[in-house]
Amino acid sequence: MDQLIHAVGLDKKFGPIHAVQKVNLTVPAGEVLGFLGPNGAGKSTTMKLLTGFLEPDAGTIHIGGHSMQDQPTLAKAKIGYLPEGAPAYPDMTPSEYLDFLANVRGMQNPQVAKRRVVEQVHIGSVLHQSMETLSKGFRRRVGLAAALLHDPEVLILDEPTDGLDPNQKHEVRLLIRQLGKTKAVVLSTHILEEVEAVCSRAIIINQGLVVFDGTPAELDGKAPADLKHNRLDHVFRTITTTEIAQPGTIS
Amino acid sequence: MSPCKAIFRREFASYFNTPLAGVFLVIFLLLAGIFTFQMGGFFERGQADLRPFFQFHPWLFLFLVPAIAMRLWAEERRQGTIEVLMTLPIKMRDLVVGKFLAAWAFTITALLFTTPIWWTASYLGDPDHGVILTSYIGSALMAGGYLAIGSCISALTKNQVIAFVLSVVICFIFLLSGFPMVLEFFSGWAPEFIVEAIASLSFLTHFQSLSRGVIDLRDVLYFFAVIATFLYLNGLILDWKKAA
Repeated sequence: MDQLIHAVGLDKKFGPIHAVQKVNLTVPAGEVLGFLGPNGAGKSTTMKLLTGFLEPDAGTIHIGGHSMQDQPTLAKAKIGYLPEGAPAYPDMTPSEYLDFLANVRGMQNPQVAKRRVVEQVHIGSVLHQSMETLSKGFRRRVGLAAALLHDPEVLILDEPTDGLDPNQKHEVRLLIRQLGKTKAVVLSTHILEEVEAVCSRAIIINQGLVVFDGTPAELDGKAPADLKHNRLDHVFRTITTTEIAQPGTIS
Repeated sequence: MSPCKAIFRREFASYFNTPLAGVFLVIFLLLAGIFTFQMGGFFERGQADLRPFFQFHPWLFLFLVPAIAMRLWAEERRQGTIEVLMTLPIKMRDLVVGKFLAAWAFTITALLFTTPIWWTASYLGDPDHGVILTSYIGSALMAGGYLAIGSCISALTKNQVIAFVLSVVICFIFLLSGFPMVLEFFSGWAPEFIVEAIASLSFLTHFQSLSRGVIDLRDVLYFFAVIATFLYLNGLILDWKKAA
């Protein structure tokens, strides 16, 4: 199967809230998929379903050909996941944290991998500082390093640039674009310019439904031709506030 | 390194990376000392044994062990790190057992710090070392039982206070079921086998028989059965939370 992420008919309810409705999602290697949507639209929930943290009420997920339901450890081994808010153990240092993850994953050359990711996200200066003393931006980068450590085929990043300063944002975007050449990447963001900057495809999700699926250029094309500024903002607002949501099929 | 061992190492180190280990050890040793010497009359009894020390363990552990267990899962949930753990390619069994063993190893470490009492008794007299050894084993097993209950309850909530209070109550029920007062209440009217069944569920009954110096396989199996049952439930609760 050349689709690294293959999810069909994902459905998830939390009590009366229908967080994710019949979402289909396929992402091949070499694609960076931007996940957009208002707060509470179901972006994070969809990512939690894809990574196996939550179980869908209905639907199936395959990661690199392995079923998340039947072969969770094989499927999870292929994923690098940055959860929302980049949680980490406050009492550990980034160095200890990466060692711990390498041990759990049973990695062969943990020190080589560690040096690689430390360089990729520039956390060398804080490697031996306890995580509770780190700034939000550094914590996010440690989370990113943790997701990249085992060089996974699939990257699922929940707001990877949140809390970073403009320089760091730029760097992380470059990194994601580079990683996206060979991996399947799904990232969520509130920043529309980020979609144009790094994504080869964009999905807008609203109230648990996919309401747009296409390239960033197609998204831009939905804006009125004479609109000069904030074109994507305009389209985003139009789609997520007025368009009547239909359960969408994406390929 | 196996995944279970990696989980164990991180969890065990986390006790010593935070003030938790220090605070716990000091309080535990202080209380154990007060119970043994003030209330138990260690010196006044004029006997070289550790009965005054061990007889308070069920009560001491009732509060102190849930305090160790309450953070096991509740803290992961509050910090959000549970999302990291549960998306790692690792079996639920390794995760639950690794964390439990770390907490148990920490509790046993605390117990080892009390061995100067043993040396003292040996210096002052000629205690029955076999009895003391089985008492320590019984104490460690009982702590494991309390810990498994606490770990299971901790998986239910992200609030550590709730986890603590619920664990104390459930451990208390397990402890109480062997108390003479409770058994007498039942023995007046209930058939003998029911009274025995209730008594056999109690931590107290099994701990006391171990602390008399007899290693009865049934007592050891009892504690392992309690630990296995609650850790199994612990895994089920985590699975159920995924689907909820």
